[in-house]
Amino acid sequence: MKTMFQKIWESHEVVAETAQTPAVLYVDTHLIHEVTSPQAFSVLRERGLRLRRPDLTLATIDHSSPTRTEQIFGGAPITIESAALQIRQLERNCAEFGVELFGLKSDQRGIVHIVGPELGLTQPGNTLVCGDSHTSTHGAFGTLAFGIGSTEVGHVFATQCLLQRRPATFALNVEGALDRCVTAKDLILSIIGQIGVAGGTGHVIEYRGAVIRAMSMEERMTVCNMSIEAGARAGMIAPDETTYRYLSGRRRAPAGAAWERATERWRLLPSDPGARYDREITLDGSAIEPMVTYGTNPGMVVAVSGSIPDTKDDPVFDKALAYMGLRAGEPIGNQPVNVVFIGSCTNGRLSDLRSAAQLMRGHKIARGVRALIVPGSQQIKKAAEEEGLDRVFIDAGAEWRESGCSMCLGMNGDLVGQGEYSVSTSNRNFEGRQGPGARTLLASPLTAAASAVRGRVTDPREILSS
Amino acid sequence: MEPIREFRSRTAVLPYTNIDTDQIIPARFLRTTTREGLGRHLFADWRSNPDGTLNDQFPLNQPDASGCSILVAGRNFGCGSSREHAPWALLDYGIRAVISTEIADIFATNSLKNGLLPVVVDAATGQWLLDHPGAEVSIDLPAASLRLPNGTRLTFPIEAFARYRLSNGVDELGFLLAQEPQIGAYERRLQS
Repeated sequence: MKTMFQKIWESHEVVAETAQTPAVLYVDTHLIHEVTSPQAFSVLRERGLRLRRPDLTLATIDHSSPTRTEQIFGGAPITIESAALQIRQLERNCAEFGVELFGLKSDQRGIVHIVGPELGLTQPGNTLVCGDSHTSTHGAFGTLAFGIGSTEVGHVFATQCLLQRRPATFALNVEGALDRCVTAKDLILSIIGQIGVAGGTGHVIEYRGAVIRAMSMEERMTVCNMSIEAGARAGMIAPDETTYRYLSGRRRAPAGAAWERATERWRLLPSDPGARYDREITLDGSAIEPMVTYGTNPGMVVAVSGSIPDTKDDPVFDKALAYMGLRAGEPIGNQPVNVVFIGSCTNGRLSDLRSAAQLMRGHKIARGVRALIVPGSQQIKKAAEEEGLDRVFIDAGAEWRESGCSMCLGMNGDLVGQGEYSVSTSNRNFEGRQGPGARTLLASPLTAAASAVRGRVTDPREILSS
Repeated sequence: MEPIREFRSRTAVLPYTNIDTDQIIPARFLRTTTREGLGRHLFADWRSNPDGTLNDQFPLNQPDASGCSILVAGRNFGCGSSREHAPWALLDYGIRAVISTEIADIFATNSLKNGLLPVVVDAATGQWLLDHPGAEVSIDLPAASLRLPNGTRLTFPIEAFARYRLSNGVDELGFLLAQEPQIGAYERRLQS
């Protein structure tokens, strides 16, 4: 009796681990981007090595890329010179080592964790790595996917393998059903609030239960995406008919007889009945409400309808609230907002944009609020425009941009100002994450859109009640 | 990489839990294509005030912290982003080991790749170290042990291969490249 994780791990062991040495683990798919790869390419050059499997490597540009149309398609210079240099370096590296790159103007470009699934490249039973902690996103397909550092990117370049110790397993069951206006984002924020930001350290979480089974692939990706915010090595969900329906017909998914063979293999992946996990907990999904963070890590989270807790005599808690300029015991719904960001590898997919548009349709963004809507990929941007979602956002007074990581971490210059409050659909509310002094409140696209319309942190049920 | 054996230092203390890699080095300093010179951006937004002046309240800006190569921090140090720029910045600044009761997975892995030692200690030791900045401690990597000022010697967990590799200056990529026959055989099995 094996868990899904065990099956995938064992089928990728080139050399099994011993007390003295870690396993040599084979990597099926290696995704790269401009920020964490240049130092790894330098190692290949310094040591005179080739990139072993360029055919298993795919590059995109996301973290440093501008989101202003004129800087990508209009010939305007990229404002930040260091970002432009980093992008040019990736172009040179990919050309030199034969790696396929979705360049700045490519209609396939987007955030690395959105592009992989969109192409059908992220597949059940595979191992997938990327020099980015949100690689856990791909686990939604029953893929063993985790973030690595630049040294390890170099190891995969040179050998297609990694030295890895086997992590522990953690079954996280979510039973019941999510209430109206309660989304995958609210679920994962609630989970992190309950198990803590180090609650998954050393573990691969497998999300299971009725709530997970009922979710679309896009919702499952949102859940797996933030596994790292609970400290987990990876997050996974067993593949099922929902997974196969999503993958079927995608450009890089198997087709014809290969599809039949693949699905036959994939159906064997889910954990055997009675397989043992190192840890297991069960949560009631029906009890979850729309959530929003109030502090400086994703575990500091409350219901949007609730109040900031009062934790007496905890200097770390006090430091977080002082940074946020918030007071213990206050309803979070009173808080005015300056900026709303809808996008990122957590919530930048088409269903996220649809849900934000559903709320904004026929409304105007509150005076003084800046709303930035950034699709997760160029394909999503195109699909959203075909549905007219861009018009909904623009008519409401929001900015509609080209794809990229954008304001999730502000590397490209899309920043929240010093001291400003941002309701953001991204994944991290760390101090300064969206810019020096920026104050981030993480929430779902529905809550973010509701907050844009009202100009304060708002429960989407207040607007969608009718 | 030079072998790491034993070293000693006074400790610098950051008494906060969940110090994430965005604090260790903010994202705007990741627009680089090399790994050099990142120490000047270490804890950039904590070391300086918003107006660019030095934050004289920040522990690493205290005269006593100068020259310390062992950093003590609260639980769950290094959480968040996988940026290896975090251990690069710490090393470039002069930090050779981080002591905490818990250290985030990717940060710990990245640190070991570069010879920065993640040292996990029990809650009582962690609290004592947090309460005593400037304590003179020594770390013996081959023995995986930490010696406190009162002479107590504690062992700390460290992955066996990383300990061997760093203690002896073994090149990890070289080790992995030597697995080529097995890797090739694995790929041939996949294709058959």
